[in-house]
Amino acid sequence: MDLLHFARGLGLKIALGVFCLGVTWRIVSFALLRIRREYSRPRESVFKYVLGGLITAGSRSWPHREFIGRTGAGEALGYSYHLGLFAVVLLFTPHILFLRSLFGFAWPGLPSSLITIISVLTLTLFLAVLFRRLTSRVMRLLSNFDDYFSWFITMLVMVTGLAATSHVGGPYETLLALHILSVDVLLIWFPFGKLMHAFYIFPSRAINGALLARKGATS
Amino acid sequence: MQPLVDNVAVGEMLRLHGISRRGFIKFCTAAASAMALPPWMGPAMAQQLQNAPRPSVIYLSFQECTGCFESFTRSFAPTIESLIFNVISLDYDDTLMAAAGDAAESALAKAMHDNFGKYVLIIDGSVPTGAGGGYCTAGGKSAVDTLRDAAKGAAAIICVGTCSAFGGIPFADPNPTDAWPISAIISDKPIINVSGCPPIPEVITGTLLQYVTTGKVPDLDEHLRPKAFFGTTIHDRCYRRPFYDQGKFAKTFDDEGARNGWCLYELGCKGPTTYNACATTKWNGGTSFPIESGHGCIGCSEPGFWDKGSLYSPLSATDWGKAGESSPRQVLELAAGAIAGGAVLGLASAGSGRLRQYRSEHPLDSEPKDS
Repeated sequence: MDLLHFARGLGLKIALGVFCLGVTWRIVSFALLRIRREYSRPRESVFKYVLGGLITAGSRSWPHREFIGRTGAGEALGYSYHLGLFAVVLLFTPHILFLRSLFGFAWPGLPSSLITIISVLTLTLFLAVLFRRLTSRVMRLLSNFDDYFSWFITMLVMVTGLAATSHVGGPYETLLALHILSVDVLLIWFPFGKLMHAFYIFPSRAINGALLARKGATS
Repeated sequence: MQPLVDNVAVGEMLRLHGISRRGFIKFCTAAASAMALPPWMGPAMAQQLQNAPRPSVIYLSFQECTGCFESFTRSFAPTIESLIFNVISLDYDDTLMAAAGDAAESALAKAMHDNFGKYVLIIDGSVPTGAGGGYCTAGGKSAVDTLRDAAKGAAAIICVGTCSAFGGIPFADPNPTDAWPISAIISDKPIINVSGCPPIPEVITGTLLQYVTTGKVPDLDEHLRPKAFFGTTIHDRCYRRPFYDQGKFAKTFDDEGARNGWCLYELGCKGPTTYNACATTKWNGGTSFPIESGHGCIGCSEPGFWDKGSLYSPLSATDWGKAGESSPRQVLELAAGAIAGGAVLGLASAGSGRLRQYRSEHPLDSEPKDS
């Protein structure tokens, strides 16, 4: 069994299994967390605080007017590389073919050369994000191994993918195998690190918003 | 055609066949160019060959389909076929030679004895070792024994075709004859692999010519293939590559994309992982190559190509088991099992968390009650 065969065969099966198991485990644990009992009378109707939760899930996705000067650049950076990631993962034809072999359906992709440009821009933004984390004293204090490893593994997937498509650094087959192996590692790490924010981000914002709405506050 | 004459220098042999020195230098220059050698190597090769006696070549065929030899005889460059057969002294080849039985075996023994340590051994086919080597025998001798005997006196071994280079189709799962490539059996001789199923004729003759003229093993890649021919992937040199870069792919073999010559990646083309000269040297005298004829590369010059999943699965697709690509049903089954396991784990961890919380909030409940 060669490396590529393992990466997209047994390695991928293990990674997908761990991913599904880990994500479900964390979501179920999260959903069943006991929320502290509120003894005060609800200030709003149930409908309003559910609505407050939904509004907060959306409103927190945009910088608050008061803080836009301080957080706008960081959020723009975050949005940009997330959009880049989505474009590369979902609109590159070899990726679509990979996903087709998993889910059975496909969609049109973007030209490979355009994807290469987007990849390079996204990589640059990734480096900028790391630079920002390392140069900001507050962010550095808030960061731990989880932040750096999540950044590293996502970056590794991007770099190996770009190297494979550009045929830089080794034979295509080896680079493709390393690329898929790095995806396998990312899938295994995903449920146990901060990459899990992909599943938590909107529910946690919504729950915060709903709890605040129950108290009559907006967020 | 003039008969072969033993112990005659190549220059003399060419004169006998009416080939001018000028024509010969042109051929050598073209061969040097094809092998990516420096321009001065052409005349140097011609000079070397003019004065050298024809090197002895022994061609052995083991577990194979003779496709490689068929390819070898179809070198299309002008006069290359007759030239190659007169530049070298082909002392044994059981497909071409008129002799049979004891006469043929005697010819092999004589060639090996007379040129011990100097002959070039060309082999096509893998070597079956199962059943005591009984799956492939000639003259009552197994292929593995013949190989070991012939290799002893060889200056170098050129493995022609994927079967002798990497085991090929006989080596593929389940390998019923316990077949092996030459490099798995012989380890004390220089080995040059000219892989392909079959290899390109000009790649076989070019590699042989380079070795007999320079007496040196050419630069080889990690699979012992000459870098001059196997240095780049077919994808790198493919005329359809611009369509790959533009994201234009044929979806079926007869759709509009296929008719427009778009990239065959989605149809399983293995060009990106296959190192060979198909896209540059091409086949049938440079007429075309499989991708130009509308079919994706099947990666036949790579080790284990037959066991790398479906020939029609895209390279980036999953590769689950014998069938190649995974099916959504398989993925669903895997995901359903993992999700069920995750749900049980989640319930267990939430339950234990709540129990811990309850005990910390009600410490008296967990203490034993006095009767």
